[in-house]
Amino acid sequence: MRANCWIGKHDMRVQNVPDPKILNDRDAIVRITSTAICGSDLHLYNGFIPTMESGDIVGHEFMGEVIETGRGVQNLQKGDRVVVPFPIACGSCFSCQHGLFSVCENSNPNAWMAEKMWGHSPAGLFGYSHLLGGYAGGHAEYARVPFADVGPIKVPEELTDEQVLFLSDIFPTGYMGAEMCDIQPGDTIAVWGCGPVGLLAMKSAFLLGAERVIAIDRFPERLAMAREKTGAETINYEELSVHDALKEMTGGRGPDACIDAVGMEAHAPGAIGAYDRAKQAMMLETGRPVALRQAIMACRNGGTVSVIGVYGGFIDKFPMGSVMNRSLKIRTGQCHVQRYMRPLLDRIQRGEIDPSFIITHRMRLEDAPEGFAMFLKKQDDCIKIVLKPH
Amino acid sequence: MELQTNRRHAESRPDESQHSQEEQLANGLGWFSIGLGLAEVAAPRAVARLAGLENKGRTRTTLRFYGFRELAAGIGILSQPRPAGWMWGRVAGDLMDLASLGSALSSDDNNRAKVATATAAVVAVMALDVRCGQQLSNGRDGGGMTKNSGTSVTKTVVIGRPPEEVHRFWRDFSNLPSFMKYLDSVQITGEGRSHWKTRALGGKTVEWDAELVEDEAPTRIAWRSLDGSEIHHSGSVRFERAPGGRGTLVRVEMQYVPPGGAVGASLAKLFGFAPGQQVAEDLRRLKQFMETGEVAKSDASIHRGMHAARPAE
Ligand SMILES: NC(=O)c1ccc[n+]([C@@H]2O[C@H](COP(=O)([O-])OP(=O)(O)OC[C@H]3O[C@@H](n4cnc5c(N)ncnc54)[C@H](O)[C@@H]3O)[C@@H](O)[C@H]2O)c1
Ligand SMILES: [Zn+2]
Ligand SMILES: [Zn+2]
Repeated sequence: MRANCWIGKHDMRVQNVPDPKILNDRDAIVRITSTAICGSDLHLYNGFIPTMESGDIVGHEFMGEVIETGRGVQNLQKGDRVVVPFPIACGSCFSCQHGLFSVCENSNPNAWMAEKMWGHSPAGLFGYSHLLGGYAGGHAEYARVPFADVGPIKVPEELTDEQVLFLSDIFPTGYMGAEMCDIQPGDTIAVWGCGPVGLLAMKSAFLLGAERVIAIDRFPERLAMAREKTGAETINYEELSVHDALKEMTGGRGPDACIDAVGMEAHAPGAIGAYDRAKQAMMLETGRPVALRQAIMACRNGGTVSVIGVYGGFIDKFPMGSVMNRSLKIRTGQCHVQRYMRPLLDRIQRGEIDPSFIITHRMRLEDAPEGFAMFLKKQDDCIKIVLKPH
Repeated sequence: MELQTNRRHAESRPDESQHSQEEQLANGLGWFSIGLGLAEVAAPRAVARLAGLENKGRTRTTLRFYGFRELAAGIGILSQPRPAGWMWGRVAGDLMDLASLGSALSSDDNNRAKVATATAAVVAVMALDVRCGQQLSNGRDGGGMTKNSGTSVTKTVVIGRPPEEVHRFWRDFSNLPSFMKYLDSVQITGEGRSHWKTRALGGKTVEWDAELVEDEAPTRIAWRSLDGSEIHHSGSVRFERAPGGRGTLVRVEMQYVPPGGAVGASLAKLFGFAPGQQVAEDLRRLKQFMETGEVAKSDASIHRGMHAARPAE
């Protein structure tokens, strides 16, 4: 089959690779009809995620048709149309039983690597380094889906691929980002990052009852989409001081909750940018936590900082004093996608939301490498790319 | 438990001299940190030039900050009796920061050749850090090698199944190879008797007969190799009810005393892990098997060695 492979930093190639096989009884093989490039894939592309091997198949947002099932998979049949969640989860361990699917205790065969880096291991993920399992990803014609009796959700024929594809990751992720804010009537939520994840967090914040949402980014087309498609007010951080603007907009108190939908590769202008960039050059910091620092400082006393942007290792100048002295709550995690797929599919079916509004580009799988380059540089007003392997 | 095991064997540890070598290396790296730190604090302009960074006032101030940090790390390493933790801190920093240095390479403001040289230097330092961290950690993972008593390991895992079930699974020794990676087979040869066979290592399989020495359902099983075996192996496992109805706390203790040392050592290190890590991995697979009915496999984990995560031929 054809698959989009990570060769090295800023080097993706579509190559011929063997077709996947059933390895365990609870596996299924899915023929992929749609798959997407995620902001998380950019962290791989930019070489920020360790333990990638040249030739790894990437991609963790995908859906398609079941073409084969292992003996242990009773709930799926050949021909079923399914969306696959990006964390691989067994459904029966302590974490899974508590709905914490992205920290499943049993799905990472390379857990020891993750333990060395993070103390304990989270779940295995599709196409996201050996540290997180070494699973082949979904930028391919076919994929093997472990624990297929737990993860994939069947989707009805009347919904298009584009309407349901994002149940695999970014819609649940944005939703969880908003849910972690514990939104009360009248709340104002600020969201750093108007990428797909941020935009869906904004939509979700309104769905969950927020009164106002304030979106922060610098790309005019993304800020425009935040305004027009989600109803958020916007701040262009290249034009305004984010901290002062948020204060002004909230009567000096600050937003009730702040969502970091940017992560470890935040764009860092000005003096603080020079600081972080120089630190990176001296290899003393792995992420540029610019948005996270701002989110903490801006949040109102006793408010919540919800971190869904991805961080990999260590960050510096983390304003713990602000967190502690002002009774802030920090909530975070890779999304527990399995927990949200059913209720969010229901919302899509009821017409409460159609997450396909973020799609700006559709491409063939063969064009994935150009897609990565374009998405990285946000060229051609690129917000979300969907790939069609078949 | 683990600590006790280590302490028990501490006196006969044969690699004491080797440890002092590693500590010398750690000390060297500690001084490297201090040297770099001092340079950054005292001569940020020169350091910026060396690293190929923009030579602005801001950069220099920043470099001074790093300098203080390096100093702290260096002092941390030098002041620890066994600085493994600090060393792994350095490795983690090296690793992640190398990745970040990549982004400096692509920034137009910085001198690429120089940043590349800085990268090469860090790679070299990292190699030292890794070696040193590994060596310092060896024998801290609950599995130390000693001349007289061989390898002794204690590890635990919580399995979300009742003790009766986990005990029943383990008590049938022919199940052990399903999660103990170095075992090829265990055959039941009689009442309380079994025949164990390892996978081939370096073309050689090791076999021995073992007998059950304790059997208290559902709390404890212990076994040991029969006298005259090529390898002296004994083990015990305890099954306790985990608090809060969370299944079973499994506690394993194993010893291998190799004949000449070599086989046992390579046996324990068959899969490239220190012995404690090997047993930990075995228990993880046991947990996967008991909780999910299968051992998790990925495209990259089914074959040994480093290779791409994609389906096998
Ligand atoms: N937690 C999860 O489960 C999960 C799932 C998917 C994605 N993510 C993460 O979410 C993040 C965003 O993903 P995406 O697909 O939307 O990526 P994206 O690259 O399209 O969006 C990131 C946006 O952040 C903006 N940004 C950069 N620096 C900023 C700053 N200092 N202040 C404000 N905005 C800034 C960028 O301009 C961009 O629009 C990534 O870190 C990704 O890894 C997390
Ligand atoms: Zn994603
Ligand atoms: Zn699980």
